[in-house]
Amino acid sequence: MATIDIHPHTTTEHHDDHGHEHEHHGNFWTNYVFCEDHKVIAKQFLITGMAWALIGGTLSVLFRLQLGFPEADLSWLKPILGGWLTPEGKIDPEFYLALVTMHGTIMVFFVLTAGLSGTFSNFLIPLQIGARDMASGFMNMLSYWFFFLSSVIMFTSLFISTGPASGGWVIYPPLSALPQAMQGSGLGMTLWLVAMALFIVSSLLGGINYITTVINLRTKGMSFTKLPLTIWAFFFTAIIGVLSFPVLFAAALLLIFDRSFGTSFYLSDIYIGGEALPNQGGSPILFQHLFWFLGHPEVYIVLLPALGITSEIIATNSRKPIFGYKAMVGSMLFIAILSFVVWAHHMFVTGMNPFLGSIFTLLTLIIAVPSAVKIFNYVTTLWKGNIRFTAAMLFSIGLVSFFLTGGITGIFLGNSAIDIQLHDTYFVVAHFHLVMGSASFFGMMAGVYHWFPKMFGRMLNEKLGTIHFWLTFVGVYLVFFPMHYIGIAGFPRRYYSWTNFETFSGFADLNMLVSVAAIITLSAQFIFLFNFIYSIFRGKVASANPWNSNTLEWTTPRSPGHGNWPGEIPTVYRWPYDYSKPGAKDDFIPQHIPYSETPESNLPHENELVKLEMNDGAIVVESNKH
Amino acid sequence: MSLIIGLGVVLVLAILYLIFRIGNLVSLVKGKEDGVSSWNTVNAYLMMLFMIGSLVAFTWYSFAHFDSYNLPVASEHGAVTDYLFWITMAITVVAFVIITIVMFWFTFKYRYVEGRRASFIADDHKLEIVWTVIPAIVLALLIFSGLRAWNDITGPASKDAVVIELIGQQFLWTARYPGVKDSQLGKHNYQMIDASNEFGLDLSDKNTYDDFKSLELHLPKGKEVQLMIRAKDVLHSVFLPHFRLKMDAVPGMHTTFKFIPTKSTADMRAETGNPNFNYEMACTEICGRGHFSMRFPVFVHDTVEDYEKWMASQEAWLKQNPDYLQRVPAELREAAMIKAGIPMDSKEAILASPVTVTAKF
Repeated sequence: MATIDIHPHTTTEHHDDHGHEHEHHGNFWTNYVFCEDHKVIAKQFLITGMAWALIGGTLSVLFRLQLGFPEADLSWLKPILGGWLTPEGKIDPEFYLALVTMHGTIMVFFVLTAGLSGTFSNFLIPLQIGARDMASGFMNMLSYWFFFLSSVIMFTSLFISTGPASGGWVIYPPLSALPQAMQGSGLGMTLWLVAMALFIVSSLLGGINYITTVINLRTKGMSFTKLPLTIWAFFFTAIIGVLSFPVLFAAALLLIFDRSFGTSFYLSDIYIGGEALPNQGGSPILFQHLFWFLGHPEVYIVLLPALGITSEIIATNSRKPIFGYKAMVGSMLFIAILSFVVWAHHMFVTGMNPFLGSIFTLLTLIIAVPSAVKIFNYVTTLWKGNIRFTAAMLFSIGLVSFFLTGGITGIFLGNSAIDIQLHDTYFVVAHFHLVMGSASFFGMMAGVYHWFPKMFGRMLNEKLGTIHFWLTFVGVYLVFFPMHYIGIAGFPRRYYSWTNFETFSGFADLNMLVSVAAIITLSAQFIFLFNFIYSIFRGKVASANPWNSNTLEWTTPRSPGHGNWPGEIPTVYRWPYDYSKPGAKDDFIPQHIPYSETPESNLPHENELVKLEMNDGAIVVESNKH
Repeated sequence: MSLIIGLGVVLVLAILYLIFRIGNLVSLVKGKEDGVSSWNTVNAYLMMLFMIGSLVAFTWYSFAHFDSYNLPVASEHGAVTDYLFWITMAITVVAFVIITIVMFWFTFKYRYVEGRRASFIADDHKLEIVWTVIPAIVLALLIFSGLRAWNDITGPASKDAVVIELIGQQFLWTARYPGVKDSQLGKHNYQMIDASNEFGLDLSDKNTYDDFKSLELHLPKGKEVQLMIRAKDVLHSVFLPHFRLKMDAVPGMHTTFKFIPTKSTADMRAETGNPNFNYEMACTEICGRGHFSMRFPVFVHDTVEDYEKWMASQEAWLKQNPDYLQRVPAELREAAMIKAGIPMDSKEAILASPVTVTAKF
């Protein structure tokens, strides 16, 4: 029975300092609030991220109400929205833009960057590489609390009388620099910039920690070639973040100067509100370059962890090695490098020199090759597997489907000539919501379902998980697939309504469908929320390794304490994907099982490694096994 | 009313919770906790259902509603980019459909069977090389055809192209045409903008005198047009959907886009069977509260002669705002009046009138 909790280590000696630290020290504040344990910090990130996801999702449903039901009377929202409703009970056009802006900011940064990397890099890096904790627990704690502070400020900005930042999540100046241009560019924008500056600090503190930990704290035998793909993904993600977030910081800083100290980095020749501003010589295009120098890598900061998580989950639940481990690592490395040299494909028609447009077209379309390789590898991993549709597996398959559907439209948008028509239309909205938003969100969900047993010692309800998956999967497709048609028809993004235009007068039916699907998709998340909260307290008690998985985190006790392993950290002998190895007794061989114990399944070259294991003096402790 | 709805919602949620609890208890009693969920096969079938259902819906909508999402194209380069678009569509849809079918088929075919072992396949270098090289070749072809089109589109405009200036501001567009006398747009300076001089015309430049303003974009059919685009306050973006044309308007710099309209408004009315058809221009860069309302009407004349006739019928900006003659350097005033088409006999009256222009330099 799964309800029986096995503690193989309880009788072994506690010679390690960390081993018996956990249950004896600390109070509520040091255990749950200002805690330096990576697992607690991961849960803090997860729960904050989930709160943000609900807020971000709710904002999107609000503006979908406007787009799907432009005639509807929303007076019943008066208690929540107050002055942001017009007297006729419609959403104020400027508030509409605020909703769009905050939805983007929240989802990209607070949910899919902090919520995803923050949760899983923190939780899995030490557990999967065999470390007691992060390299610096203190920095790790700071990382969360900077994020928390940033969250508080961003959240506060939703409630100020002039409204939050409203110039789009890309906050292009001059719109974002001039309070005369729109209300949201006043205090709301200031708070946005302050919150993002703190967010960047948090992200850097976290990223430096992840990199250091992966490089320095791997357990004995855990060479880079034996790292699970999750860790590779988190590692590359952290490097991308550390290299690109400072550029956004610089961009934000210069914008702060332009806004508050009269500089002209981004401003030139502006006549607004009946007066000509003194600023001359700046360039709004400069901001776009700086913004997208982070903005594009950001796409991969969001996506790579999700891809890493699903690689692990798909291999585990297909009971097969991930197909092409080296190709998977190679393609992630290639994507990580290329992500720095494609940023200007967001700017083909901004007035940037068209020659640059050619270069960036070339570089952008190259990135499709490693992406395609990843999809083929996922599909081939399923091939001849023995697939268990756990909720985590369902969400992972959903991710591959979104990555394919959304990735393919990138081939259109990356081609500058085709992008002329599609830029800033709903085609783009469909593209990035599928390939980045939904794919990453599904990766995050998959991760929660898969590692919940290790996080909370209990299982999430799989049936509710299945219902949650199907409603969300179909819902997301119904929301974003129709947008391709709307986009090909030329409908521009960030439009409060299209009725001013004859050209954009159609598709009321599709827009309504999209809005209804959005409401259903958001509602389905409450099934998950219920499942999550209920299972923390009442869920089925998990076994130490409920998915029969190979990676090191499953060798810890059901609820690992501070220091993760009560005894010695296990030594690693093999890669993490020995699933269904011919000759083996079980259909999985965990990473800490030496080859000398599995003569029946060893491949010829592995038999030679047996000798090394012996010479190495790595004595196999029976209690480390299951 | 809302109380009843609220109670209803609470009741439904309570029932759902009860069902969930009972289900939990039943599965506990049955003791079927370990191993693979009984829903595994159901999920495998749902995967197939989803794959078939979604592909059918995709195919049906794409063909049945083609005319509602495919805008007719009305420019020379637009035909090229449309062609590229549909070539890319053909290639990617084939790849998309194949991969989708294969993936969902695998999830179904290889669903869990107790006692079966998955195959231990770690990699296959031949296969991997094939699926790396094929996309690379296909992408290279797409890139090069795309870049050739891009270079043509963004290349310099021909010397005799019609030049029109478009100016974006919160939340309207204006167009400035070079007058028929010199066919040159005069200089402008943002510091000279005021309530009447909305272009910021620099009246010391002779070329400004016959420039005229239009609140509708008039284009000749079959002649190259070069749009000179700028913005006064924040970013805007010129979007002419039927002409497959988009270019940002940026304060502090000029952007430009050249194209050849191939269908007049009348042609398009005939083609679409809609006698009320009108071309439109929209803004596609978020610019504030009224972003969605920046509609600018567009009219394409049947012939270049018609277009020139329309040009000749327009009044110069200076003629509409004769007060600004006072800003024209004294030695150029007569030339200005001739160019702007202001009758000479009104000169004294204009110059003697009280200064209504608030000087702002």
